[in-house]
Amino acid sequence: MNALIPNMPTRRGFLVVAGAAGLSFGFARAAGLDPMRGARVGDAAGRFEPTIWFGIDKTGMVTVNIVRAEMGQHVGTAIARIIADELEAPWDKVRIVHVDTDPKWGDMSTGGSWSVWQSFPPMSKAGAAGRIAMTEAGAKLLGLAPADCMARDGMVSGGGKSVAYGDIVGKIIDGKAPDRHFSADEIAKLPIKPVAERRLIGRRVDAADIPAKTNGSAVYGIDAVLPGMVFARPKMPPTRYGSKVKSIDESVAKKIRGYMGSVALDDPSGSVEGWVMAIADSSASAIAAADALKVEWVAGAAATVSEKVIQDRGAALLADPKAGSLVIADEGVDAAFKTAAKSVAATYTTSSALHFQMEPVNALAAFIDGRWEIHTGNQWQTLNLPIIAKALGVSDDKVIMRTYLLGGGFGRRLNGDYAVPAALTAKALGKPVKMVMTRADDARFDSFRSPSVQVLRMALDKDGKVLAMEHAATAGWPTQVLAPGFLPKGKNGVPYDPFAISGADHWYNVGAHRVRAVMNDVANASFRPGWLRSVGPGWTNWALESFIDETAHAAGVDPVALRVTMLDGSGGNGGAPPSAVGGALRQRAVVKRAAAMAGWGKDLPEGVGLGLATSFGQERDMPTWTACVARVRVDKKTGAIKVEKLSLAVDAGTIVDPDGALAQVEGATLWGLSLAMFEGTSFSNGQVADTNLDSYTPVRMADVPDLDIEFIDSAEPPVGLGEPATTVVAPAIANAIFAASGVRLRHLPMLGTDVMRSLMKTA
Amino acid sequence: MTTSFKLNGKPVTVDVPDDTPLLWAIRDSVGLKGTKFGCGIGQCGACTVHVEGQAVRSCITPVISVADAAITTIEGLDPAGAHPLQKAWIAHQVPQCGYCQSGQIMQAAALLAASPDASDSEIVDGMNGNLCRCMAYVRIKKAIRAAATEMKGAKA
Repeated sequence: MNALIPNMPTRRGFLVVAGAAGLSFGFARAAGLDPMRGARVGDAAGRFEPTIWFGIDKTGMVTVNIVRAEMGQHVGTAIARIIADELEAPWDKVRIVHVDTDPKWGDMSTGGSWSVWQSFPPMSKAGAAGRIAMTEAGAKLLGLAPADCMARDGMVSGGGKSVAYGDIVGKIIDGKAPDRHFSADEIAKLPIKPVAERRLIGRRVDAADIPAKTNGSAVYGIDAVLPGMVFARPKMPPTRYGSKVKSIDESVAKKIRGYMGSVALDDPSGSVEGWVMAIADSSASAIAAADALKVEWVAGAAATVSEKVIQDRGAALLADPKAGSLVIADEGVDAAFKTAAKSVAATYTTSSALHFQMEPVNALAAFIDGRWEIHTGNQWQTLNLPIIAKALGVSDDKVIMRTYLLGGGFGRRLNGDYAVPAALTAKALGKPVKMVMTRADDARFDSFRSPSVQVLRMALDKDGKVLAMEHAATAGWPTQVLAPGFLPKGKNGVPYDPFAISGADHWYNVGAHRVRAVMNDVANASFRPGWLRSVGPGWTNWALESFIDETAHAAGVDPVALRVTMLDGSGGNGGAPPSAVGGALRQRAVVKRAAAMAGWGKDLPEGVGLGLATSFGQERDMPTWTACVARVRVDKKTGAIKVEKLSLAVDAGTIVDPDGALAQVEGATLWGLSLAMFEGTSFSNGQVADTNLDSYTPVRMADVPDLDIEFIDSAEPPVGLGEPATTVVAPAIANAIFAASGVRLRHLPMLGTDVMRSLMKTA
Repeated sequence: MTTSFKLNGKPVTVDVPDDTPLLWAIRDSVGLKGTKFGCGIGQCGACTVHVEGQAVRSCITPVISVADAAITTIEGLDPAGAHPLQKAWIAHQVPQCGYCQSGQIMQAAALLAASPDASDSEIVDGMNGNLCRCMAYVRIKKAIRAAATEMKGAKA
């Protein structure tokens, strides 16, 4: 019985809480995006803007305003297509604009695999409103009743006549420009087209952002320029927090051609304590100058903290049953363990992991026409703009964030701390400042994924039936740092970070269930934990799905059969509208599908094993049902692990963009592989140990296994695709390694040397 | 401290220290932004350009070392941006964030120029130095194969 369903804060609810808390966010509206805010048509310029989300000009060109960041998911294309489909606009007359910050947009955030899920209902309605307004105005021009007209392909037609959208726009009808208001009631009742009438959704459409990304014309934050700008590279202190500048020696830096001086930052926002900026007339000179600049600091407390200190603290916290927040707290857990015929327990750990987005973070800041312009790619402008304003000591309306493409997001740019040093330096110098960072600077300043410790226990009866389960997890909590007001409260009243525990609230029927989330206080004091692609489920699902496998083996049952049994849709796991219809039974279906795709149960060569893992994605109210089978070869002489094939079945409801969906799952799957076996660093005396590709080694082309990815046909509402596949790969591989070799690995990343060590122990 | 070279067919002269990485001379001095900065140690490939037709990591190439050489960046690969690789990149919807793709395309162009019949394993060997953090590798490989086929067809 899973008690988490009604209480788990949804990400949408999470945002609403923030609005209700009086923070200066624009998304207090309960339904997320409000399609009709400012609904007004026929403006002075003759442009027809039935909603703030798009306009139609006199040539019939539809311009769609996109508030989401473009970081590789072709989000503008996905959202514009939803609007255009309902609007009945031809795709070659659709233009996408990634807008700058403005309070009128409401929330500007891009993450959580939410964009399509959140946008689908309001953007469908926005498009439908446009279609109705066009049909009504077009009907008048044709001298017909709206009911006798239909809109298609950018035209309103009826009675053998037709008029193009562009020819309707700007026409004077009944003495005024076309004008159509939609009340909230009308919006709620707007008819959305049936699936069979969809003309763009679900069909291949080339992504609008792609051509520019093949010829060098795509403009990223790092490409932004302003007249008169100077370049600045930080000299970063030994610890994220608490370091103070003792002295600055410029003697060597002054020999660098183009060096212009240094600025020690005083940061009221606390983003960049103890930073010194080296200023120069070019990127190259700023980079060289920061190397040459000699700065001494009094280091903060983290200077003596290492990964082991953090992980030991995590283990100690988990050992105290009173520590942390009870996220799920069913009755009867302790009693079940007392009477259990058998119990299984295991501890899982993960190393620190970097975002390593290809474009190092950067920002260009300038004071122009009475306000601060921040030119940079960012994923959560609504959160970050007020932080920048605080750093500058101005009100929010004096800051605008200009939008650029992101050279990778992956959660790094949800945190906009990198805009602060550019802004402060620009303020100190009184001129536009472009902050550049080297790759090592970017790694050292990363809000990396915290290391984690998890302890899982399962109580079984004498027949191997699961009676109760306990899952305790600790890590640095990203949301604690940047948005502490967003933490919901557990059953014991203690707040928790859903982005550090989501995934543990699974859809299995496990009897009495307890989930406990503990913030690792040493982690949070020593560095700034970040949201990294797939967030909490990136480690919770690794432990959960490894542990389900261990339970199956302990109970002597097939791991797929056990999952199928426990995904019975009973109790609170039946699922509910809008997005979770079908519940655990849909997860059961992808488990069966992936197993069938991979030939589960068939004979395999010696040293080869299959392992399965499954996930419901990022959170229970937006489940993306995902299952993966890894086929892995283990060389018992060397311990070498070779992932030969990954087979995935994904049920994400309606697939808005089939090719884009496949691209997202391909990328997410390989991210999962990378985090499983190729990536990982350690915190060492206040800094991450690995700062560049000489020792931090994400997956490359030669590491890519065969991929077999299938989507389940579904007309259910679309959910998210950017992350879920990331979370199933590591446990699928761990389970396959066990099947192939009998070695159980419980630490990420999984290395051949760990397999070897284990094989030698048992030999 | 001026260095002259040919960039995408046009003579340019930059006034920067001799040891300035070619990358920054192209980006900051000339102002062509299609070539990207990724790792600064020649291991991600985002900064790949052609020097006399060879794929070179511009982030670790001192500008003085290319004096008088002919350099091609992504902007100069094809006058219309319609090199077979660029067309294949669109047909296969390769780029996600796109940041590494200038380097991927330049690397692949040099690879196919040298080995028009590159096998799958030669493609992997040739491209393994180019990191794609979005991990669009499956499509990169497919697009290179498609472009190779088109280029051979054009020659035949």
